[in-house]
Amino acid sequence: MAIHYEKDADNIVTLTMDLPGRSANVINAEFGQAFLDALNKVTQETELAGIILASAKDTFLAGGDLEMLVALDTPETAFTNSEGFKAQLRRLETQGKPVVAAINGAALGGGLELALACHHRIAIDNDKIKVGLPEVTLGLLPGGGGVTRMVRLLGLQAAFSYLMEGKQVSPKEALSAGIIHALAADRDDLIAKAKAWIKERKSAKQPWDESGYKMPGGDPRRPEVFQMLAIAPAMLRKRTYGNYPAPEAIMSAAVEGAQTDFDTASRIESRYFAQLATGQVAKNMISAFWFQLNSIKAGTSRPAGDQAGTKKVGVLGAGMMGHGIAYVSALSGMDVVMKDVTAESAQAGKDKIAKLLDKRLSRGKMTKEKRDEVLNRIVATADAADLKGCDLIIEAVFEDRALKAKVTVEAEAHLAENGVFASNTSTLPITGLAEPSANPENFVGLHFFSPVDKMPLVEIIKGAKTGEYALRKAFDYVLKIKKTPIVVNDSRGFYTSRVFGFYVNEGAALLAEGMHPRAIESAGLQAGMPVGPLALLDEVNLGLAMHIRDQTRKDFEAEGKTLPNHPGFAVVERMVTEFKRQGKAQGAGFYDYPVDGKKRLWPELQQHFPAAAEQLPQKEMIERMLFAQCLETVRCRDEGVFTSTADANIGSIFGWGFAPFSGGTLQYINAYGLKRFVTRAAVLASKYGERFQPPASLIAMAEKGETF
Amino acid sequence: MPQDAFVFDAIRTPRGRGKKNGALHEVAPIVLLQNLFHHLHQRNKQFDTAQVDDVVLGCVTPVGDQGADIAKTAALYAGWDWDVPGVQINRFCASGLEAVNMAAMKVRSGWEHLVVAGGVESMSRVPMGSDGGAMLSDPKVSRALDMAPQGIGADLVAVLEGFSRTDVDQYAVTSQHRAAAAQSAGRFTSRIPVRDRNGMVVLDHDQHVRADTTLESLGALQPSFAMMGEMGFDAVALQKYPQVEHIEHIHTAGNSSGIVDGAALVLVGTEAKGKELGLKARARIRAAALVGTEPTIMLTGPAPASKKALALAGMSVNDIDLFEVNEAFASVVLRFLREMGINDMDKVNVNGGAIALGHPLGATGAMLLGTALDELERRDLNTALITLCVGGGMGIATIIERV
Repeated sequence: MAIHYEKDADNIVTLTMDLPGRSANVINAEFGQAFLDALNKVTQETELAGIILASAKDTFLAGGDLEMLVALDTPETAFTNSEGFKAQLRRLETQGKPVVAAINGAALGGGLELALACHHRIAIDNDKIKVGLPEVTLGLLPGGGGVTRMVRLLGLQAAFSYLMEGKQVSPKEALSAGIIHALAADRDDLIAKAKAWIKERKSAKQPWDESGYKMPGGDPRRPEVFQMLAIAPAMLRKRTYGNYPAPEAIMSAAVEGAQTDFDTASRIESRYFAQLATGQVAKNMISAFWFQLNSIKAGTSRPAGDQAGTKKVGVLGAGMMGHGIAYVSALSGMDVVMKDVTAESAQAGKDKIAKLLDKRLSRGKMTKEKRDEVLNRIVATADAADLKGCDLIIEAVFEDRALKAKVTVEAEAHLAENGVFASNTSTLPITGLAEPSANPENFVGLHFFSPVDKMPLVEIIKGAKTGEYALRKAFDYVLKIKKTPIVVNDSRGFYTSRVFGFYVNEGAALLAEGMHPRAIESAGLQAGMPVGPLALLDEVNLGLAMHIRDQTRKDFEAEGKTLPNHPGFAVVERMVTEFKRQGKAQGAGFYDYPVDGKKRLWPELQQHFPAAAEQLPQKEMIERMLFAQCLETVRCRDEGVFTSTADANIGSIFGWGFAPFSGGTLQYINAYGLKRFVTRAAVLASKYGERFQPPASLIAMAEKGETF
Repeated sequence: MPQDAFVFDAIRTPRGRGKKNGALHEVAPIVLLQNLFHHLHQRNKQFDTAQVDDVVLGCVTPVGDQGADIAKTAALYAGWDWDVPGVQINRFCASGLEAVNMAAMKVRSGWEHLVVAGGVESMSRVPMGSDGGAMLSDPKVSRALDMAPQGIGADLVAVLEGFSRTDVDQYAVTSQHRAAAAQSAGRFTSRIPVRDRNGMVVLDHDQHVRADTTLESLGALQPSFAMMGEMGFDAVALQKYPQVEHIEHIHTAGNSSGIVDGAALVLVGTEAKGKELGLKARARIRAAALVGTEPTIMLTGPAPASKKALALAGMSVNDIDLFEVNEAFASVVLRFLREMGINDMDKVNVNGGAIALGHPLGATGAMLLGTALDELERRDLNTALITLCVGGGMGIATIIERV
């Protein structure tokens, strides 16, 4: 029984959701049937005081079952399903007797939608409990009445942030926002309060079913609302570049629904839902941010074996990366020894950590005691002997082979027995870095992204000799610091740095061809990348980009190969050698960086890279930037750089911000259609160069009708 | 051969500031029209109103006071024969001129012989936007159309054309000084004072004109569209115009058209109907043209519409003696001049324009036609071209020639 039915002496029926075989309640076919049965039964009760909806799980109701959702193949099915479930919710809220949602745990998505169909909502006052409608983050809209009811409950403007940004709040915040009505101390208090509320009344109606109901804030005909609605789509567009259909659909469903009666609004919502649920972007986002992310966290790329927890972390270097790594480690409960060359520089790193903690404190995300506790877990030192007992040491010194070799030997001596040594590098092959190590089996690469506290990905690099234990240790450590690990095999640039380079170099190539620099930057942003390619090159530093290219060329030559020329290389070289503009850190790159004001494209750029008579359409530039990255991802796959599609997709989005709505580099190809992609790549190759030539493996997959 | 359409008369009300403290705020838009209907009838030998085949009036915000077909309402309320039909039309800022052009088309079709055209807008009574509309307030539509407010388009025009704040302010100073000079010299001869129900004058001059405007006084004004641009509309425009790095917001309340109340009427008919009623034809409508243009920038229609009208009339830009280019925003006029290759500012908006006089949306086009016709007669010149930029990305132009 997915829903237990229990009637007490006061004629109050408690429906307790308890989906068998699942750790959380979700809305699936079984749940839907149980809900319908319970509703049929309760409406036949001759003596009924009211209804309580409760949960036997830790969560109240976690939402719709995404397995079921992705199986929706036609808009008709999606529409009918949505309408069917909503008809039951509508029945529940209009049957006359008071209904209370007893929210004991997370009420997200369909869970909150069910609660919204109750007349009264009480939640346990625990900040860990989250209430919200996260559908938009998966490219969907709350199609269980969430749009229709939130708009009627809160008004258009107030509802927008919950609906369009997927904002999740604690019960306290939900109470002050007006989403729930009361707080309870614990489960017993929750049920007691629910029963008390029912006993106070004989019947109940939703506010929107009362005669004389007025929408909070006013409906769209009111001038203030009208003005807000005139600018709201532009505000959205500024953020999304029109790449995300879900927030647009939500806004439209909300606005259109606000001008009609409840049932019509609900049907409008279902129609938008059906379009989104069967659309490509939702498929991309659900696949990446739900199924693939979950599979990564479940350890698909982790060698099987016991947990390899980390107790004490050593961090070599207290600079930008070093103190970031120390911070996230201490925050996750590990003891940390942060070593730098001098005690002063080590302490400077610790001071920066204190600042990060103070920020959390001032935002109310942390108590003073907790802040002190975390800070006290970090020892800042210049003495390598303090590393004694560390079971994981991560070096985060400059990208210099000799320096890395030196600190490796020095620190390894202090590792605990069977400890693991990790090198944080973005480009240097791990196998080479492991050479000075006394125990290369326990040597692994951990590529962090900057700023460490904000970036969600860590790329774990497996050297030629890296053993399974070191991999497990690295994997479990990354999960422990609440980041997402992907596992890649050793090669120059690994996966993320290597493919990312193809994005920025494509931007540079377009500049060489005489495309307007502003249009190039726009194309990058319109493609869904977080920053334009030229601005990114400035941030990475053009000198560094040139250095990496030179190093790569040498490595290729050492293997008897030639590094294929990329037309972007020459642009970077001219910027560095001819114009002496290295990037943002120097205040001059493709952009000027005025001390007081926003960066602006260097006015002379167009003199040195004159505009071509014919400018490419934005769409062509967008495709070049995306195709370049996707094709290089396929080459990485061919070379065994990564072994799972999930790692490739999630790595691209979390690592360098590849267009999230596309679901990642390989999913972009799936969505484009492999046959079409191959044909288009061949056309791009004939126009712009070899780098667009589709690899043989991709052509073969396309011919066989396969996908990633 | 279609029969030619002639203009017998063109009159207008003064323009009152379009605010609560504006002189015409107390006058209902239907009364503005009633006054003009009365005068049109009186000035033209009290023609038999039953001879009028239709009344076509522009009104951009046809709700509230201006709702429910104000053209038919006005004809009846003015006491004209109930045989006179009426239709209210909306082509945004071009509505007043569109009404004239439609009247001309009706006449040229041979199916109608005498038509009253014109328009009305009480912007103080019925504010812009009061009629809603999918283009502005339906998110899915504004998204699909890449809609941005006109002010964003005006600033974008300036960026693309390289006009500076000084350029547009200088143009606005000229407009103010020309309008002030025209007003004090009594050149607005077809302007009919607005009177109350006792016959007392409520307003007899154009209230928005500021004769003391200087480059300095305009320079002190804040840009009107910077905030909404920053909130998101700049992003919409820049995504459409990816080569533009930044939109500098230079249009202010001082170099954009004024918000005012007012109405205008134009009497259009065939030569034969004129003779029958004893009316003197003052001008022939040589050509009328419409175009659609890129909707995000929205305001670039005047030049292509004018070129289309010139081609229809078999004329060149040099054949035009006077231009009336609606001063929706200063940059619109400056761009028009550049696109048309017009260097002689003494031919353009010689008595000022909407920056000084104001732009009562539904009426302006008909007002401009009347202003042009009066000035042709005063200077004894022959041809004038009237053009406006239009919301949604349209342009309109009409060429008249004295007879």
